Amino acid sequence: MENLFAFVIGGLYATALFMMLRRSIVKLVIGLMILSNAANLLILSAGGLVRGAPPLIPDHLERVTTTMADPLPQALILTAIVISFGVLAFAVVLIHRAYEVIGADDMNEMKSTDS
Amino acid sequence: MNIAIVLPIFIPMLAGALTLACWQWRNVQRWLSLLSGTGLLLAGIYLFIQVREQGILVAYMGDWAAPYGITLVADLLSAIMVLVTGIVGLSVAVYSLATMSQKHEAFGYYPLLHLMLAGVAGAFLTGDIFNLYVWFEIMLVASFGLMILGGERAQMEGAVKYVTLNLLSSALFLTAVGLLYGYAGTLNMADLAVKLGTGEQPGLVTVIAMLFMVAFGIKAAAFPLFFWLPASYHTPPVAISAVFAGLLTKVGVYALYRVFSLIFVQDISLTHHHILMGMGIFTMLTGVLGAAAQFEVRRILSFHIVSQIGYMLVGLALFTPLAIAGGVFYIFHHIIVKTNLFLISGIMYRYHGSYELSKLGGLYRATPWLAFLFLIPAMSLAGIPPLSGFFAKYTVIKAGVLEGAWWMVGIALLVGLLTLYSMVKIWAEAFWKPLPEEAKPLRGGEDPHRYLLYLPVAVLAGMTLTIGLGAEWFVQLALDTADQLLTPSGYIDAVLGPVEARSRP
Repeated sequence: MENLFAFVIGGLYATALFMMLRRSIVKLVIGLMILSNAANLLILSAGGLVRGAPPLIPDHLERVTTTMADPLPQALILTAIVISFGVLAFAVVLIHRAYEVIGADDMNEMKSTDS
Repeated sequence: MNIAIVLPIFIPMLAGALTLACWQWRNVQRWLSLLSGTGLLLAGIYLFIQVREQGILVAYMGDWAAPYGITLVADLLSAIMVLVTGIVGLSVAVYSLATMSQKHEAFGYYPLLHLMLAGVAGAFLTGDIFNLYVWFEIMLVASFGLMILGGERAQMEGAVKYVTLNLLSSALFLTAVGLLYGYAGTLNMADLAVKLGTGEQPGLVTVIAMLFMVAFGIKAAAFPLFFWLPASYHTPPVAISAVFAGLLTKVGVYALYRVFSLIFVQDISLTHHHILMGMGIFTMLTGVLGAAAQFEVRRILSFHIVSQIGYMLVGLALFTPLAIAGGVFYIFHHIIVKTNLFLISGIMYRYHGSYELSKLGGLYRATPWLAFLFLIPAMSLAGIPPLSGFFAKYTVIKAGVLEGAWWMVGIALLVGLLTLYSMVKIWAEAFWKPLPEEAKPLRGGEDPHRYLLYLPVAVLAGMTLTIGLGAEWFVQLALDTADQLLTPSGYIDAVLGPVEARSRP
């Protein structure tokens, strides 16, 4: 399962960077979305993948004896998903406004503040 | 739980919530904003005194013991940063009473400002690396909102770059956190320092260190990663630019100082002496050269943020007590000076209605006091002796001389000279030369709010003078801070308890 995950995560990072390097700001935001999901999957697999084992210790046991999933990566990802969801919602509204104000979705049209 | 650590986060967060609740009543928002600024400053002073007296303070959230729960830690560096955050927060709160237009206030300026301050204070105080990510995001989301307040074209263009680069850096940060957790199995900074140790480490740790360096480097606007800053920082209203310029990049620098003095100290020769040093030198140089090429006040100042970040980075890169002390001194000197310069550029704008140097002029005749108040932070930034910037530069450069880092010393001196050049350029063009004929006549002399504008500027200039004239005390403080940073065992013991008491599985 780790191998599959490695391919998927690598593919997502590559896709995200490719999309972000395009000139369209819509593709830029799609790239950012994919990038944050790639990072979340990376945390999940770096924390160790376990199949079918809940992050629970049975009542009668003092310490862990069976395999169990690490609850922390899931908690981290949940937090990260909530944050990235909010930030991306902002980014979508931003590009919409930017499109209205600038009248183009091409990054090459947005150079007046560069120096 | 120690209340002193929680207050600097709690006060601005409460103020953010209350101002949000008082959306309809702008006057209530203004008073709450002033109150919260004052409260944050007092909380910062209280925390600083406590840390100075009792050493490193720790608070465990929800009473979960150290490696498992979220920990808030205040050592001297955190306390100083929180104190300076309070100073900047209050100055900007006062200043924005006079400069913020009703339109900006109606779209939630005060809630965003205070939530951002809460994020900044949280980032300074947390002792958990994932929690640091969360505070970064709180700060960023609020700063995104502030950045586009008003919705002008330039702001939109700047914001697209600012948002993209910061989200990219957050994703890299998250990636690095994931890899670090996979490697060490913990996220508490003190625990990480124990687990990674100072011994020989496999390459993976260096890779993770580099990921952190890139992620924080983007936020700190270090050399190859700074282009979002001069493209965006001059676009929002000036009070917002000022608080960004003072605080936000410094959060990135603070994170670099924390992580590269506590956790990643295994391969100092590579990570600090080579990569960080190169980053710092190029940051100084490119920033100041960019500034020299600009003819718009706020763009010059934006590029100077970049250039000064370089001094802080080389302070960390040398990694001697004196160098770190120089870097720490530089951070608090620079936050005050840079905020002040942006606030002054806002006053200049009120007189002229422009930031272009070619359209400015004659300000010395119109307001000699403003000219005087400008000279103090400007000369301090350039490093003229009795002012704070001189001692900051002197300490960093002296540390470089003692270590024999001649390239760094030479470039730091050259950059100081070029900084002086661009500050003199602003002085000569905006204050000294007569008003250009095609320019609009000066206005704003009878501004009813001018006391609110001048008060924070004068107080910050007074602080610059105080830091310069009482430099001995401040350098000693910076040396104590450096001492704390370079002996991580104190930090670790404070968080995890003394070595004997730690029950490790």
